[in-house]
Order: sequence, then C-alpha cells, then structure tokens
Amino acid sequence: MTYEELLTQTALADDRFIVMTAENRALVRNIPGKLGNRFIDTGITEQTMIGAAAGLALRGRIPVVHALASFLTMRAFEFVRTDAGIPNLPVKLSSFIPGFLSDGNGPTHQAVEDISLMRGIPNMTVFAPADEQDLVMMLPEIWKHPHPSYVRINTRKTDYQHRPFKLGKAEVISKGEDVTILTYGLLFEQAMIAVEILKNEGLSVGLINLRSLKPVDEQAILEATRESTLTITLEDHFVTGGLYSIVAEVLLKHCQTAKVIPMALKDKWFKPSLLPNVLEHEGFTGKQIAEKILGYNTNAYQPEISIPQFSE
Amino acid sequence: MQSLAIPIDQLEATALKVREHIIKMSTDGGCFVGASLSAADLIVYLYSEFLNINPNNLDDPDRDYLFLSKGHDVPALYGTFAELGLLERDRLKNHLALNDHIYWHPNTHIPGIEFHSGSLGHLPSVAIGVAMDIKIRGGKNKVICIMGDGELNEGTCWEAALVANAHKLDNLIFVIDRNHFQANMPTEELIPLEPLTDKFEAFGAAVKRIDGHNFEALHEAFSAFPFETGKLNVVIADTVRGKGLPSIERRADRWFCNFNAEEVASLLKELHGEHLTNLTSETLVVR
Repeated sequence: MTYEELLTQTALADDRFIVMTAENRALVRNIPGKLGNRFIDTGITEQTMIGAAAGLALRGRIPVVHALASFLTMRAFEFVRTDAGIPNLPVKLSSFIPGFLSDGNGPTHQAVEDISLMRGIPNMTVFAPADEQDLVMMLPEIWKHPHPSYVRINTRKTDYQHRPFKLGKAEVISKGEDVTILTYGLLFEQAMIAVEILKNEGLSVGLINLRSLKPVDEQAILEATRESTLTITLEDHFVTGGLYSIVAEVLLKHCQTAKVIPMALKDKWFKPSLLPNVLEHEGFTGKQIAEKILGYNTNAYQPEISIPQFSE
Repeated sequence: MQSLAIPIDQLEATALKVREHIIKMSTDGGCFVGASLSAADLIVYLYSEFLNINPNNLDDPDRDYLFLSKGHDVPALYGTFAELGLLERDRLKNHLALNDHIYWHPNTHIPGIEFHSGSLGHLPSVAIGVAMDIKIRGGKNKVICIMGDGELNEGTCWEAALVANAHKLDNLIFVIDRNHFQANMPTEELIPLEPLTDKFEAFGAAVKRIDGHNFEALHEAFSAFPFETGKLNVVIADTVRGKGLPSIERRADRWFCNFNAEEVASLLKELHGEHLTNLTSETLVVR
C-alpha cells in the first residue's frame, strides 16, 4: 500500500480527516477528486495552512498537512509551536523530502534540523519511518493518537519486512556485541548494507530502526549501548539536536556512559546532487559507513542506490 | 436593517463599565490600556448585538466564534465578559495573579476564549480553519477575527486574506481596530497602511469602513453581513487609542500603562468627564 492509498482509505472511512497541502501535491495527487471539500490546498502558505489546520482541529477535525520539510518546520515553525503545540491539537504534519531526500534542491530545501526543532515543542510527537512499508505501518497509530505529530515522509522501498509498529517503540533488527548502529529514516537502507559488510568482516553487529524519536524507546537505547562495545548514531540530520543528542540525553538521564560515535552532518549543509551522489559525497553509503567503523577499506560491494523520482 | 435590540444608551452604559474594568486592570503591573479602550465599543457591540455567544452555548458547535488576534486588548474582552455574564466580575481582580489565568494575552482557561493569542498574525488563519469547517458542514455560524492595525504589518494577515478570498469565506469577518497607532508611534509614520480599504478590496474582500465608537454605525455595518456572496468581509473600525480618557488619547507614550492608585482613581473620574488627570507614573520612552 502506498502513502496516498492509505491516506485516501483513512479519510474516506473517517470524515474527521481533512487533507491539506501548501501546494505540495506530490503525495496526494489523486485525493482532491476523492475527498471533495475535505481536500484543502491553501497555496504556498505554510503558516496559514498550519493556523487553518489548528482551526479545523478546534472543530473536531484531524488535519493531515503536507509541505516540503524545510518550509513546514522552519517557515511555519512558530505556527506549529504556537497554534498546534500550545493547545495540543491533533495536527498531523507530513513532511516531504526531509534530510538527504531533498537531493538536488540545495540548502534552502535541506531539512536537517527538523527533528531537533520538532522534538523541542511540548506535546509534539516525532517519527521517521525507514521505508514505505514502515511508513504505512506507522501512520494509522500516529493519526489515531490525539496529539500533534511530525512524520518524516519516506516512500522508498527496501526488502526488509518490518514488524508491527508500536508508538514509542524502536524496531530492533539485530543485536550485536561489537557495534550497534542506531538509525532512522532514509539511512536505514544504507545501514542494512553496512551491517552485512561488517558481519562479513567478522563483527557481531546490532541494528536498530528508531521509528519513534519522540517519545523515544529509552530501553532500546540503554540496552544497545550497554551490550555493544561501540554505538553509532547514523542520521541525515545535523549532529546537534538529533539522534546523537537524544542518545546523550537518555544516557545522562540514566547515569550510563557508552562509547558513541555520531555519523551526521557536522555543522554544514550537504552538497546538492542526485541522491546517490549526495550519499557518496557525504560518506553515507553502506560501504562507506562500514569502512568508517572498521577503519579500513574493503572490497565489499555497494548496491546501486535508486534515484528518487522528482516530485515537488 | 433591524434596529438595535438593545437601546444605544444601554450599550454605552455597558461600554462605560467595560472601560472602568480596563482602568482598574491598569495598575499593579498594568496592561495595554490604549488598545483596550480603542476596541471596547466594538467588542461590546459584537457580543451584545451581533454574535450568537452566551454563557450557555460556549460548547455548542452552532455558536458564533470571535477570535481576538491582537490579543493585548484582552482587558476589553474580559471587561465585556464580566458585564455580559461570561466571567464573574470578581475574577477581574485576579489580573496577573498566579491563582488565575487573567494576564496580558487571552488564553483558553477563560471560558469564551476560543484560542490563545499574543503572537500577531496568527488568528486570521485559525479563524479561516474554523470558517472552512463551517462551510464544509453547511453551518450558518459567523466567525470574527479582530486584528489591530499595527498587526497588519505581519505578512500572515495578508496571506490569510489571500486564502480567505480563494476559499470564498463569506462567513468570516476580519475586523480591524484602526486606532492609527502601533506600539510606539502612529502607523502612518512607521509602516503606512493607507489606503487600507483599497488594499483589502484589492485582495478580493468586501469592505466597510466606519466609526468604531458609534454603535449605530457598527450596527449598520454588521447588519449587512454577509456583505457580498463569496467574499471575505472586512470591517475597518476607525477608533481612537485610549478612547474615553483624553489625558492618554493618541499618546504614543501611553501604550502600556501601569498607573498608581491615585491615577486610577482620577482616571475613573476622568472617564465620567469630571476632569483631566495629572499623570505622574512612568511613561514609555519613545525615541
């Protein structure tokens, strides 16, 4: 099932749902004809869209709003915080092309601080699915939940069969004693490749798909860091405020120390290009991730990375 | 046009009481007196005559909605609530007290407040969302959003006008408290707004511009609602900042006032036309 099919089915079954967009229709192309006046396009007005979503929520609606991640989280930040966050309204943010997924757009479109911003808002919940199947598994829970939510939309396909989603729970893909990779979103597919390479080099490797960044699965983080010699936080986000910070907060809170190395953007935006080039240039292909952990080069095979379809 | 249900002298008496409440709230920490006094008559008119909002229908989905976007004029709203039975009069004495929620901006702890405000340029869009839902459901409720003229500096007010026009929200009324001042100086000296009627008309709205202290003019304008089918309604209410207290009217340095007890006592007499007050409390520094 695709995102659009799930949203259409959900909204048709429950007339509390309103689908909104600030003229970002890539994910909702066929919905206007199906939902009629419960589809609302406010034009390129992220702020007004969020305010209007709050107004609709006041009247008992569940607005699912769409815009490009950087404009949804940054242009409209104060509206999200003030109009959805303060009154704790069920405004559901679907953020398009977050992180590396903005590939060739350039720094204006790079939402690489979105997790940091959104999790800083009281009442807000934050999610980042690993692929399309994960996304579609997560959304019914997220949309049912009575709080505002932020979802990093990721419609890429992987071969992994995910287990059912529970809000606030991470998905433990494997456990390892030498190294555990904690990741979320798009980089899950590269992490899977890295894990294979590391295993072939003889390491015991763990992998965790965080899924829910707020609330976060503290137990999964504590166990992974306790049971593994080395922990890697892997994310297409600035190192500040994202998963590395979350792990640090969790460890401090529970008086636990661990060797944790962040793989993230270190205080700079990434070089805009097509996604495979971006990952290669920034050092985030599965092979590069594995080799950084190993400290040496291998002859491992890096599977081809598919180029996302252009859609804004 | 139907005549006023409540005689003008009674509306004026209510407005006078509301102004007394505002003055009494302008001490022990103070409040935004000037903006509250400019909005008092139009808020009294709207709740007394125009809106279907009363203590018994605050949860009724068919009630009308009023959003106070300028926010800092909330003493006028609370004063009106106190006079119309939405809020116990005694609670106004809790202004800025920790054991209540009556502070410088509106919040939903107070029954009758539909949405919190304080950050300017937010509630036009929230009101749009409510008006959209009413349209989808085929409801007849009216939705009002009161904005300050200084607030119109915020781009989101104009973004909201574009969106309201696009969605033909003729159940929505933007009311501009045109008191000709923003925080520190006259609007026309900082960010000129005129010709304001033309601006809103150019955005597709049906506009009425009236004297915001004249109950007959207010009634004539609002009785024509909806002004034009399919168009956002805009009422520009020309008002005077500090209206009712000549010693602070149109004074840039009397935006936020924290009066002492003698000044409050004297201003209450000034309100009834007895004399001008010799103000001794600190004024805002306007450069």
